[in-house]
Amino acid sequence: MKEIKVEIRAQSDIIVARRAGRDMARDLGFGSADQTRLATAISELTRNIIQYAGEGVCVITDESDKTTIKVRVKVEDNGPGIPDIDQAMEQGFSTARGLGAGLPGTKRLVQEFDIDSVPGHTIVIIAITQRKV
Amino acid sequence: MKIPILRLKDILLTSIQVDLTDDDALEFQYDVLQMVTETEANGIVIDITAMDVVDSFMARLLNETATMVQMLGTEVVICGMQPSVALTLVEMGRELIGVKTALNLDQGLDVLRQIIEERESDGNERD
Repeated sequence: MKEIKVEIRAQSDIIVARRAGRDMARDLGFGSADQTRLATAISELTRNIIQYAGEGVCVITDESDKTTIKVRVKVEDNGPGIPDIDQAMEQGFSTARGLGAGLPGTKRLVQEFDIDSVPGHTIVIIAITQRKV
Repeated sequence: MKIPILRLKDILLTSIQVDLTDDDALEFQYDVLQMVTETEANGIVIDITAMDVVDSFMARLLNETATMVQMLGTEVVICGMQPSVALTLVEMGRELIGVKTALNLDQGLDVLRQIIEERESDGNERD
């Protein structure tokens, strides 16, 4: 099982993380649309780390099995947390720099999306999957 | 990372060929506005063919850059968006609103020329 861990501390780490995600998706056989969806989702989530938490980590894992190909991405930080997740998941809601589309937009790009946040620990897990042909 | 902005007679041409950090992108936005003002260009084409990720930050920045350029009185066309980038932006609920776009650089230049000509003939009619 392949796993890549990218420490997110600076803006340039956003680029490193989304490239790593795209590369893994491509190597596993995902098409260019899914590669771009995943890279964009990673870009959104890791930018949240830089904006809200300052630093965190992004772990990209190949979780393919006999029947499906799957890339799972875990984005984690020890920042202040999201006070109201339901509100954060509403289209158009954003507290910093008015991005708006961030979390709800990201959710629409991936097959799996899971978020959990308490003060001091926020974790978002996303995955793209595809049946093997 | 400095993105070159080329001058071709009365128009400007710039192509984003590398992955930009957020700060790079903001610097690019400032450079575009600065260059438009300095050269008194009639229009600018921004080529994004090489961008394989346009996330919500970059989409907003491109949108705002185009709006700012238009506010200065210069026409703008964004060209070369990758199909998977267009798909991802729409799925995310993002668009380039109020910005002229074109398939590629060739068409981008044609569209820009057309807009500038229309603007000039409108101006003449009023005179």
